[in-house]
Amino acid sequence: MITTDILIIGAGPTGLFTVFEAGLLKLKCHLIDALPQAGGQCSEIYPKKPIYDIPAYPEILAGDLTDKLLEQCKQFKPGFTLGERAETIEKQEDGTFIVTTNKGTKHQALVVAIAGGLGSFEPRKPLIHNIAEFEDLGVEYIIKDPEVYRDKKVVIAGGGDSALDWSIFLSDVASEVTLIHRRSEFRGHLDSVEKVQELKNQGKINLVTPAEVIGIVGDEKVKAVVVKQAQHIEKEFEIDCDHFIPLFGLSPKLGPIGDWGLEIEKNAIKVDNALDYQTNIPGVFAIGDVNTYPGKLKLILCGFHEATLMCQAAYKIINPGKRYVLKYTTVAGVDGFDGTRKEAPKAVVKTID
Amino acid sequence: MEQDINIKIIDREGVTHEVLAPTDMAMNLMEVVRSYELAPEGTIGICGGMAMCASCQCYVLSETELPEMQDDEEAMLSEAFYVKDNSRLGCQIQMRPEMEGLEVELAPES
Repeated sequence: MITTDILIIGAGPTGLFTVFEAGLLKLKCHLIDALPQAGGQCSEIYPKKPIYDIPAYPEILAGDLTDKLLEQCKQFKPGFTLGERAETIEKQEDGTFIVTTNKGTKHQALVVAIAGGLGSFEPRKPLIHNIAEFEDLGVEYIIKDPEVYRDKKVVIAGGGDSALDWSIFLSDVASEVTLIHRRSEFRGHLDSVEKVQELKNQGKINLVTPAEVIGIVGDEKVKAVVVKQAQHIEKEFEIDCDHFIPLFGLSPKLGPIGDWGLEIEKNAIKVDNALDYQTNIPGVFAIGDVNTYPGKLKLILCGFHEATLMCQAAYKIINPGKRYVLKYTTVAGVDGFDGTRKEAPKAVVKTID
Repeated sequence: MEQDINIKIIDREGVTHEVLAPTDMAMNLMEVVRSYELAPEGTIGICGGMAMCASCQCYVLSETELPEMQDDEEAMLSEAFYVKDNSRLGCQIQMRPEMEGLEVELAPES
């Protein structure tokens, strides 16, 4: 059991800034995220795109914003459960909540802050009539352990970075890698595209374009995929393989959080914006893009504000009756949980003759 | 308003909506759909309009002349599902006065 003060669901910008604001109040945080890395949409969808409306940053890349937020909250030693999706929440008699992930990891906290953005990212599944029958029997939408593919024949479908990067990586692991894409053009980092070209020329990646997987052949497990190729004349053929990995990106779904008994409106969680962004379940807050209230704007900067007010409410729940006044970081400095201290340099007091 | 144009949008349930779209607010088709709430929040415009998610895919039903498809839109559509010859990404279609009478159908959610 992982125990903490504030359990944050979602490690995007709002969740990460919560760690800092909570830390100023001496509250510890732990974050759960379905993605294998922190940053949420900023690292998954558009790490290389600039953002222009972060206060004091005329321009910052989404990936750099994530790095800065991680650096800012580092001293408060946040815990992370990454690559796991928060599945269930149970209120305990002592007032705490236990949140369990899809992998069974349990987390206990008095306050839960849902900073889930548009939801957890789920793989987009291609429309192949019999694909569901072969899920986990040779069809995998996400590569968890590349060793599974050692000395196997692998077919990858997709035209983006993950299809390119995994084709490159698995060309050293699998006995055979085939990359299938609907077009001959790929959209990815230039070096990935060039590397695939090089591996194709060396015969280490078998490239089939423009083509599409339209069926799966097998008995209990994947034996081959049926491919339709549309170059010059249309033809259909089979490619023998042990694994078929469709990589068509991820799309966010509200998912299990939608079943937690929270009031939902327009795919978002209703909160009390007059006070503290608490949901209809006392002790459970929703901040950032995942919440809704009259006048809501889905902006990172609004998420930061919501996180800050939410932490004040969390403090009162965790420390009932305890006095507190807002302190400015410039005046009080920042004391990390790792023993570090940041403070403004003292002014020099010296006589001028 | 002079700058507004009339367009027809068939939502994912098959219902036709005739809406007025401003051409002077730098709005694209995806944003027009959102402003009239013709698709549930969180199911359209997920990437915010960067041609990176295809959640605003639509089928163009009228002969309206539209801006030419750029590389990133073409690349995204080549990875999307339910793609037809008349597929476009709504976020890449800026509303302009000459698009009066545009008719589109929203592609299924995927």
